[in-house]
Amino acid sequence: MDKDKFFSNDPRFKVAKKEAWIGVGLVLFNFVWWFAFAYGLGSKSPDEYTYILGFPSWFFYSCIGSLIVMSILVIVVVKYFFKDVPFEEEVQDIQNQSDKKSS
Amino acid sequence: MQEYFLGSRSMGGFILAMTMMATYGSASSFIGGPGIAYSTGLGWVLLSMAQLPAGYFVLMVLGKKFAIVSRRYEAITLNDFLKSRYESQWVGILAAISIIIFLFSSIAAQWVGGARLLESLFNITYPIALTIFAFSVMIYVIIGGFRAVALTDTILGSIMFFGTLILLVAVIIAGGGVTNIMEKLIAIDPGLVMPFGADGNLSASYVSSYWILVGVGVVGLPQIAVRAMSHKNSKSMHHAIIISTVFVGIIMLGMHLIGVFARAINPSIAVADSVMPTITMEVLPPFLAGIVLAAPMAAIMSTVNALLIMVSSAVVKDIYLSYFNPQAPDQKVRSISYLVTAILGVIVYLMALSPPDFLIWLNLFSFGGLEAAFIWPVVLGLYWKRGNKYGAISSMIVGVTSYILFHQFYPNAFGMHTVVLPILLSLVTFVIISIVTEKKELLQAVHK
Repeated sequence: MDKDKFFSNDPRFKVAKKEAWIGVGLVLFNFVWWFAFAYGLGSKSPDEYTYILGFPSWFFYSCIGSLIVMSILVIVVVKYFFKDVPFEEEVQDIQNQSDKKSS
Repeated sequence: MQEYFLGSRSMGGFILAMTMMATYGSASSFIGGPGIAYSTGLGWVLLSMAQLPAGYFVLMVLGKKFAIVSRRYEAITLNDFLKSRYESQWVGILAAISIIIFLFSSIAAQWVGGARLLESLFNITYPIALTIFAFSVMIYVIIGGFRAVALTDTILGSIMFFGTLILLVAVIIAGGGVTNIMEKLIAIDPGLVMPFGADGNLSASYVSSYWILVGVGVVGLPQIAVRAMSHKNSKSMHHAIIISTVFVGIIMLGMHLIGVFARAINPSIAVADSVMPTITMEVLPPFLAGIVLAAPMAAIMSTVNALLIMVSSAVVKDIYLSYFNPQAPDQKVRSISYLVTAILGVIVYLMALSPPDFLIWLNLFSFGGLEAAFIWPVVLGLYWKRGNKYGAISSMIVGVTSYILFHQFYPNAFGMHTVVLPILLSLVTFVIISIVTEKKELLQAVHK
């Protein structure tokens, strides 16, 4: 049946699933960071704001900060946790490769 | 035909990132978004940062599995993928219909943005601007197809990126530095520097709900998903994730900040959609202004092209070829593609002649509709084995109709964007119907 092709024991699918979860984790972290700084530091009158490089601190951490932090995180995650797998039908090849690595 | 609609699966990382960004960063991020940021303040920039995940989340979640199975089935559109996953023609028909309806409003929004831009650039009337814009787009799309779109996207994406940086620096200089700009903004209205917006009506729950609409929900957009089929190998995919995160982030942050800063420099711009072109011509010498204004034009062009191709592929490939004339020769498919694209162009032109003031809403409406239709059939289709065609069909129907009904009768329910509830409803529907029908089928199998 067709479905089996979608959910076979193809080792590449395991890799894919893990990386999809990493994506979900990153978004959750991203959201918490963004939300906590924006509303944690921003929910008071502007007279009481502190400023960083001219920006209100809530904005600096929440928007500029999240861009920098997420960029670094994404680079680290992709470089160290994401695996190269072939997209074409060469399942044999990955097995060979991993055999070589382990030996 | 694969060539025309998909541009072959050979895109490198940089091109892939650019084409995703160019598709995603559209008139709303360059014209509509800065316009609203101008009147709302930093709160809208905060909201726009909900778009940051779009850079990494789509490629990570659809990711390798989507790439592998779409190759296995030689899927070249999202519809092909859905049809082979659920083995159902009905899924294909529903998907094609949703694409046609919702991408239409999206295309209209882009055309309005393009015409507005020409209008304020050359001081011509709106109908003339729209006509010029329509002609140039149609010629480009009809000649080029997807491959041309992808290649020019790379150039257009670079223009967007550098255009944003140049303009941001120029606006900061013109405003006398960030500190100075903030002081002026507070003098105009302290709400402009608060996360709640100038009127104080950007509540935390409303702004957060945009994480679904423009952040993670983007997974369900067919024009974005089709990009995730077209990379060459996993290396290029990895590059694309990094590049698109950084670029999308910088462009979104930069463009919306420019909108806010513009308020301090010239507080008297009346039409929201003309904020960005007006301020550009004010702070930059004419030559540089021309280059920078090419950025939104670039964004609009590339988005429109991608969308037009999506719609015409839905009509030609998913409806005409699947149900009317599967044996049509290439020559005929080609001429029908042209015809469909041309007819689409005319209809969009008529729609765009009397546009709503904030084109961003039009664009976001179509975002929400497509997400409500596709997000679960795509994501659960990839990762949840028990999901079946009944679940997919019912969740698409529930998602789209509830979205339209909520939009009409109870917009922004519970202080969140309208899209949130339909997405939840379609998830529940998908899961329940899949499980129930699975049991039924099992029972029937036993009885036999």
